[in-house]
Amino acid sequence: MTDQQIKDMILEIVADIAPDADLSNIKPDIRLREQIELDSMDFLDIIMELRKRYKIDVPEDDYMKLSTLNGCVEYLRPHLKDR
Amino acid sequence: MTNDERIVITGVGLTSPNGDNITDFRKNLLSGVSGVKKFTTRYLGDTLAGICSFDPLKYQKKKDIRRGTRAGSISVYCANEAMVNSKIDLEKLDRSRVGVYIGITEHGNVETENEVYNLSQFEYDTKTWTHHHNPRTVANNPAGEVTLNMKITGPHYTIGGACAAGNLGIIQGVQMLRLGEVDLALAGGVSESIHTFGIFAAFRNEGALAAHADPAKASRPFDRDRNGIVISEGGCIYVLERLSSALARGAKIYAEIAGYASNSDALDFVLPNSERQAECMMLALKKAALAPEQIDLVNTHATSTPLGDVSECNAIKKVFGSSDKTYVNNTKSFIGHTMGAAAALELAGNLGSFEDGMVHPTINVDNLDPACDLKNLVVNVPKKAGKIEYILNNSFGMLGINSVLIVKKFNEK
Repeated sequence: MTDQQIKDMILEIVADIAPDADLSNIKPDIRLREQIELDSMDFLDIIMELRKRYKIDVPEDDYMKLSTLNGCVEYLRPHLKDR
Repeated sequence: MTNDERIVITGVGLTSPNGDNITDFRKNLLSGVSGVKKFTTRYLGDTLAGICSFDPLKYQKKKDIRRGTRAGSISVYCANEAMVNSKIDLEKLDRSRVGVYIGITEHGNVETENEVYNLSQFEYDTKTWTHHHNPRTVANNPAGEVTLNMKITGPHYTIGGACAAGNLGIIQGVQMLRLGEVDLALAGGVSESIHTFGIFAAFRNEGALAAHADPAKASRPFDRDRNGIVISEGGCIYVLERLSSALARGAKIYAEIAGYASNSDALDFVLPNSERQAECMMLALKKAALAPEQIDLVNTHATSTPLGDVSECNAIKKVFGSSDKTYVNNTKSFIGHTMGAAAALELAGNLGSFEDGMVHPTINVDNLDPACDLKNLVVNVPKKAGKIEYILNNSFGMLGINSVLIVKKFNEK
């Protein structure tokens, strides 16, 4: 997956989890939770979808690394490089 | 009784397979419109059910619907509709003095079944089990979702009462108002049961699931060829308040609670008991200080099972055998069995009688079962009864739970 594909994939997951949110102007370097209504249960949904859709298990210690779109790309790039 | 002890219904919110508000619901019951449709459920395939078509987005965000349950959405819709119907401004209400009491037949089966199915799609890896499972399946979920949605900070809980639950929700509201625990109660019953295959499979496997080529003809209490229950979803929540507060704000009063009773068969897990049902009706009459002849209409619980309908008919014959003026009808013949919602919803379908003087019929009686040949059973076409002053509403459930509620046309005296 390219970086852009990873970003799109994360936004697709977020769109399911926060269906009322406007995702058209999400800034990649600012925490998602500061831009849209996303609580800890929603964040766990992102982790769950990565597990279900891509078999990626994110350990709890790494959760913070997924707080921004850019952070997601950095963290997920090695996991998704061959997909 | 003082006006602080007299409890009245001043708002109605409902969703039924044949109507999403009390006006449409009543109209369809008087014009013979069924709400039973073809329905496909997981594992079992094609069956029949009563399905509601209200718009959950009227009062919820998409995210709330995703996070919550169908029973929660039904409750939120009905509670909001009831408040709007009561013309009480929620913003001006002391929401710490509002109680939410919702009857349920069961809760959590739908959510658990969905998750187990989901698990099967991921090789039973328990790491894919949703973290939303617990808030969705706690027994207070439907009532709790109402408080979250409407920012009500008073007490909330559900009352598990099998298919007698709708009456029990109302009774709980009445009691809490009389105790002074709350100043307004949102009380009634809901059901989301059609969304789990288990309830269909269990009824089918005990020979109690309705089947008919024409869905609208499948729920047929008292008919010779009835063959079981049509399972339905639905909800009905009332605004209950003390007569003193209803009068003070000039509220429209739909009915006054005249009496109620609940008892137990203490005999069998599944089978009903005519004697205890009759005792429950008599106890409610006694509490309301009424003679059977004073009841103008009995809305039956009858679910269209061969045994259950006869049991209730025998109980009604015992209690009302000497009354010539008590009409009898059934609402499940239109909408199927809405389980936890049934008692509250069926009562709502009959409140219109106080104004229009009509009794909606029990439909689909092509050949009346001789064992169900009740005096004044209103069959297939509505009956112009004239004055209706008292309605007795039956609701019974598994494990031998019986509930009876009597409501009265409001009269200030």
